[in-house]
Amino acid sequence: MTYQMTVSPDFSPRHIAGWYIFNTWLQKTLGEDIHLELYQDFESQRKSIREDKIDLIYANPFDASMLIREKGFIALARPLGKEDEVVIAVPANSPVNKVEELQSGLRLAFTDDPNVHLVGMIMLEPANLSSENIRLQMVDSYAVVAKQLLRGEADAGIFLKEAFYGLSSLTRREMRPLVESQISDIFHAFLVGPRLADKKDAIQDALVRMTETPGGRSVLEALGIAGWANVSREDAEFMVDLMDAIR
Amino acid sequence: MSGTRKHTNSIQPEIQAAQWRLRRFQGIMEDMRPEDVVGEYREYELTYYDGTSRKVLVTDIETPYPDGKLIVSRTNTAGVITHVNQAFVDMSGYTREELIGQPHYILRHPDMPRAAFKDLWDTVQSGKKWEGYVKNLRKDGGYYLVFASVVPNVRDGKIVGYTSVRRKPSRQKMEAALRLYARMREKEA
Repeated sequence: MTYQMTVSPDFSPRHIAGWYIFNTWLQKTLGEDIHLELYQDFESQRKSIREDKIDLIYANPFDASMLIREKGFIALARPLGKEDEVVIAVPANSPVNKVEELQSGLRLAFTDDPNVHLVGMIMLEPANLSSENIRLQMVDSYAVVAKQLLRGEADAGIFLKEAFYGLSSLTRREMRPLVESQISDIFHAFLVGPRLADKKDAIQDALVRMTETPGGRSVLEALGIAGWANVSREDAEFMVDLMDAIR
Repeated sequence: MSGTRKHTNSIQPEIQAAQWRLRRFQGIMEDMRPEDVVGEYREYELTYYDGTSRKVLVTDIETPYPDGKLIVSRTNTAGVITHVNQAFVDMSGYTREELIGQPHYILRHPDMPRAAFKDLWDTVQSGKKWEGYVKNLRKDGGYYLVFASVVPNVRDGKIVGYTSVRRKPSRQKMEAALRLYARMREKEA
């Protein structure tokens, strides 16, 4: 049987090759055939999840909640030192200096990354802003969010923190972070589906021991991840409860 | 009644901590102490849903909610705190050790109507999410304002505890809620 693996579409384009290398390593380690399918957007990936086509997934916190509670997936590991924090930025010349100064009618650029959008909208609540009094501009990537700000076509943008600080310094100089989340308890996780439940311990063990071999370390380097930390069932349930509370 | 902050060095912190642990073991939540309070305070006797009561000392000093942070805590089904994150510690003014094992109502501010917490408990005990604006009491007698969401922790079909997440509220909506709470408290009185 060939299992199917996928990755949350918010992964950095720089690491596409890394995920193919990771898949080769995982197949070799487990002795199983695994096909890696990368989706362009969240909706097409969710369609495959709903159709039970996915067996392994590196999921964002928003989708991890659905996978664990509705699809019987098990969270095994999270990337070390990589939390899902969010930045709201404005053009460098914006007169706005704090969130509370943002006004109704705000033109807000964002991507379809559900977790980042959720946390970003929470950070706008102190200004009494919600989707009802904001002009929302959903765009394809964080680079386009930045472009909208630089062109003066958006007043504020929501970024994954990692993506914001991954932009070129030239682009970043034209923007100013207004607020950054400091949540710490929300993270991406590697999950396995019910068809691989009997191999969960072997996969978890292989992931957390990747740093122990030169081969494993070079795969991690290609993914831009320092290593994997164990996620217990209760760790994952805790994050899901947290996501339920804020959504 | 009012007073000002006093300083005392007569009791070593270790002894205070031991006394705290003993009272917690005995299930007693101690009165707020004037030496912990900053600024002019008023004194209230709060009686909680379980019949226990304690003296709280309250000032009008607000600690602004920090941008970008979430306050996270968990309790068991009896409302006893089992987990707090650093933002909870920072905003409440208590240490982690002082919080774990205490009833969550250690944060209850006398300006909050009893009906709000009854609604919270009725909602989460029925397995649903509760959301609302809350004024919380700090150890130093001051307060902080939050939008709170509480969800039941369901494991194998059973509620085993509750997770509470608090975030910075809309000032406008918070003020409307505080006006409503003042009217509710008048009726309760």
